[in-house]
Amino acid sequence: MRISPTWLREFVDLKVNETQLADELTLAGVAVESVKEMDGQTLFEMEIGTNRPDAMCHYGVARECSAIYDIALKPIAPKLPKAKPAAIPVPVEIQDAKGCARYTVRVVRNVKIAPSPAKILARLKIDDHGGINNVVDASNYTLMEIGHPTHAFDLDKLEGGKIIVRRARAGETLKTLDDVVRKLDPEDLIIADAVRPVALAGIMGGMDSAISSATKNILIESAWFDPVTVRKTARRLGMHTDASHIFERGADWGGTGLACDRVAELVLETAGGELEGEPVDVVARHLVTYSIWLRRSEIQRHLGQEIPEATVTRILSRLGFKLTAVTPATLDALKKLDPADTPEQKQAVVIAAGDIAKATGLASEQIMAIIAASKNWGPSWMVDLPTWRLDVEREIDLIEEIARIYGYNKFANTLPAFSGGVVELLNADKQAKARALLLALGYNEAIAPTFISQADATAFSGSAVVPLANPLSEEQSVMRSSLVPGMLNMLAWNLNRGTSDVRLFEIGHVFSAPAEETTAQATMLCLGATGNAISPSVHGAARAYSFFDVKGDIETLLAAFELPGLKFEPTDRYHQGHGARAVADGVVVAEFGQLHPDVAAARKLKQEIYIAEIYLDHLFQFLLRSPRYQPLSRYPAVDRDFSFSFSDSVRFEQIQSAIHALNIAELQSFQPAEIFRGGSVPQGKYSVLLRAQFQSADRTLRDDEVAQWSARIIKALEALGGILRS
Amino acid sequence: MAYTVPKLEDYSAAALDKAVEELKAALYQEADAVSNENKWKEFRDRWMARKNGILTQINDLWLKAAPGSAKREVGARVNQLKTGVASIVEAKHALALNAPVTFTSQGIEIPRAKDWESFRKLATDPVLDITLPGIRRPLGAEHPVIKTMNEIVSVFRAMGYSVADGPEIETDYYNFESLNFPPNHPARDTQDTIFISGQEKKQQRDRLLLRTHTSPVQIHTMEKHPPPIRVVVPGKVHRADTADATHSPIFHQVEGLAVDTNITFCDLKGTLDHAMKALFGSSVKTRFYPSFFPFTEPSADVQITCFKCGGKGCRLCKMSGWIELLGCGMVDPNVFNFVESNGYDAEKVSGFAFGMGVERITMLKYGIDDIQLFYQGDVRFLEQFA
Ligand SMILES: [Zn+2]
Repeated sequence: MRISPTWLREFVDLKVNETQLADELTLAGVAVESVKEMDGQTLFEMEIGTNRPDAMCHYGVARECSAIYDIALKPIAPKLPKAKPAAIPVPVEIQDAKGCARYTVRVVRNVKIAPSPAKILARLKIDDHGGINNVVDASNYTLMEIGHPTHAFDLDKLEGGKIIVRRARAGETLKTLDDVVRKLDPEDLIIADAVRPVALAGIMGGMDSAISSATKNILIESAWFDPVTVRKTARRLGMHTDASHIFERGADWGGTGLACDRVAELVLETAGGELEGEPVDVVARHLVTYSIWLRRSEIQRHLGQEIPEATVTRILSRLGFKLTAVTPATLDALKKLDPADTPEQKQAVVIAAGDIAKATGLASEQIMAIIAASKNWGPSWMVDLPTWRLDVEREIDLIEEIARIYGYNKFANTLPAFSGGVVELLNADKQAKARALLLALGYNEAIAPTFISQADATAFSGSAVVPLANPLSEEQSVMRSSLVPGMLNMLAWNLNRGTSDVRLFEIGHVFSAPAEETTAQATMLCLGATGNAISPSVHGAARAYSFFDVKGDIETLLAAFELPGLKFEPTDRYHQGHGARAVADGVVVAEFGQLHPDVAAARKLKQEIYIAEIYLDHLFQFLLRSPRYQPLSRYPAVDRDFSFSFSDSVRFEQIQSAIHALNIAELQSFQPAEIFRGGSVPQGKYSVLLRAQFQSADRTLRDDEVAQWSARIIKALEALGGILRS
Repeated sequence: MAYTVPKLEDYSAAALDKAVEELKAALYQEADAVSNENKWKEFRDRWMARKNGILTQINDLWLKAAPGSAKREVGARVNQLKTGVASIVEAKHALALNAPVTFTSQGIEIPRAKDWESFRKLATDPVLDITLPGIRRPLGAEHPVIKTMNEIVSVFRAMGYSVADGPEIETDYYNFESLNFPPNHPARDTQDTIFISGQEKKQQRDRLLLRTHTSPVQIHTMEKHPPPIRVVVPGKVHRADTADATHSPIFHQVEGLAVDTNITFCDLKGTLDHAMKALFGSSVKTRFYPSFFPFTEPSADVQITCFKCGGKGCRLCKMSGWIELLGCGMVDPNVFNFVESNGYDAEKVSGFAFGMGVERITMLKYGIDDIQLFYQGDVRFLEQFA
């Protein structure tokens, strides 16, 4: 929406220049997004919130100016000639009071439809409206000026010359002004003549009753339609018009007469004709039936700063609110109230505060409760509400009005007192540790999209997926059930752009539907790696990332936690023979391995890809490892090497447990140092150099005891089918 | 050019030294290039093959061709070279195939190669070209959005705020209704919502959707804890926005909520002014202007003085000197009504809430011009934040 400051100045005598005005409007909540020059005049591009339909016109913005600068707002009073009495006033019937609270019409006869004069057209151009004809333009002009949508019918096209506001009947249709035939729904509020629908209430008029060059007699509609009703129909039909924009947000219930008169005045001025009869104003219901009780103590409690009474009165009055101070007698009676009072005494006070009860429409119990809660509320007012501010319903709404016109930036900056400790998220320390380790291991942190395709969901997880009702595309139609597809896409993105050494991690949520209509969220960590583990340089050769790199990184990560009985088992999850899972205490905490070459190829990944998935919800059930100190031995360590050959079926884990089972306290470590296959080693076997280190905390080891332990080790390895090599 | 064994014209000590040095240089260089088994075999054969290996060649070209007077001197050097070459070739086999070992500037550890010792000294004695790039272990980089989000959370943690979170899939009740977005209210249009399918059978308030803001955590927190509370909520949110340079269906927010008796609008202003100074430097100023959010009243948008130009006006702040950074306001009494039974009596307690878009702040902070860069995992982008 655009506002012309020149037009504003017709309603308020502003002393400030355009730039300052734009700034100060913005600071009062009527935001000027930008200031531009068009056809030699300055225009404000406005950004008005959905709660302020009253400010979506020039007069409404002028009212804001009046409050900001404390300048009088000039009234708009259409000057209409005395009307010829009508033979019969137009029959207007509101059959649906919920949908239509008020309907006001005027009739003008013998108009001459023609283009509007230049002055009107120039004003319409502000909002990029070209002129249509003098009658329609009068309606649009009025909308820009005072913000109330109106509609003009060709009176002679209304069957029976009659207006009925009702819901549509099943099967009814209406060809709207945009030349589309609309199928109506019984929820739609429509304007009908004696026979059929002639307009979609508050949205758009009908083609058949539209003003045409042949129109002679017109009926001007100015009504108040229910926001929710208008919105539902507009949304269902995919329509959004200047009128529906206002009605959906709440038009001025009290402004129907003024708008009707203003359109009539402009029509008479630009299209001639004569006014017929007095306006017909049918009120189906009143909207604002109560006042608001405004306590200065509440202003202070919410805003934290004292605002003088005179300022409160001035700001609200300029905005169109009417304030009546609550009398001292009432105040006194209320102040005397004691929570220990008998119900009779309380009742007496409520009667004394009768004006409050009556005006606010609050139940006496509510008033009693409010009074009991805050006895020291000082001066207060009964505030009558203007009909154009449907967004103001409560005391807090008035407090906001005061604050914004007073100026947010005039309030002090203070810090609230607080006692109490800071509580971290449950697993914050564990997550921080995991993240720090991965960064140190050279993995870059990434965030992949939350949505994946159904195909990827099926390929990478077994859980029931959570589909979206309105996905952005088919490729993004379900909530991710695995972080792997997103990770593979990111790896591919890098490879396609010439980055061949990639290490990424993501911590994020995956989603599943454990039962119909329910969803569950789990926290996962995903690693992706491809290319070189060590890049080539002038100092040395490259080394490709391998399964044992990812395993080492997982081991480093898991070493941060107390994982009882941690062991690695083979899994075929990614690629048979190239994957493992880490299990602690019967719980799978991580799975990792090489992505199957076929899967990689299908995604055009031309390198070996390594993936790890860490189930953080499982891992975080375990404690972070706390360091344990052991005194350092002052005695030398002794190394012994054992060269063995084993059948391929003997895994290192078996060797390790066999040695562990020997319970040699002085055996500090037992590691494979070298493994050979092929050459002199027969097919199906491998040769391994195992290195044991012995050390005692309290003595230097003797050769004979080391020899004895070595003999036991050899025996244990032979029991596994190992053959000692020379 | 590949090394070839020269014939010696001059058998003086200086000429011998020069020839030996040249040979060793070639040896180091070639040893260095050995990266796999096959290359190593080539390397071994080139130097040690009985037939025409380099060692054989020096035996023929240097020792056999030497005049009798020089034979002793040449012989000593050739023998030393033989052991040296043998240990390099052997060491290279044992070590270089699994781990890259540098033979030039770093020196080398050869197990049980006593003869190598003198070679090693010779090799390390030359001055290192310390201007060559060092061997760096790559570090991972924090994602800039998460880094910024953590920074924001830290600022509030230092001000006494506990950290809370909530689910990314929410009900209509938590995302809208309890935050004072009535059904069919136009304010819902401002939050293009992605819905979970298959929810039609449920009451509107129970229908599942992707949270459009972190504000639902306000309600979760107040349901769990009676006042007073102070929480800061980092999290991921989603909206049905088509991705372009400034829009993304995914983004992150940090939400804050403080409720107590006597929390005022002045406290809200002071808190955010303090936080912005902690985040962007003590010289930034804040400016508040009215806004609208269904769940706060009064509501405000907060601008800070442009951290690039300091308020003079530049391209970043569109010449205004100010940058809009966050939304905030006093908790609307209607919101308290939804959690009244947990001690939130709107007549007794008051509070403020605020929320900020982490991507936006990150983009402003680093001058990033395309929001999509955050979700591509492009290493060239991410590494800039290490
Ligand atoms: Zn700037």
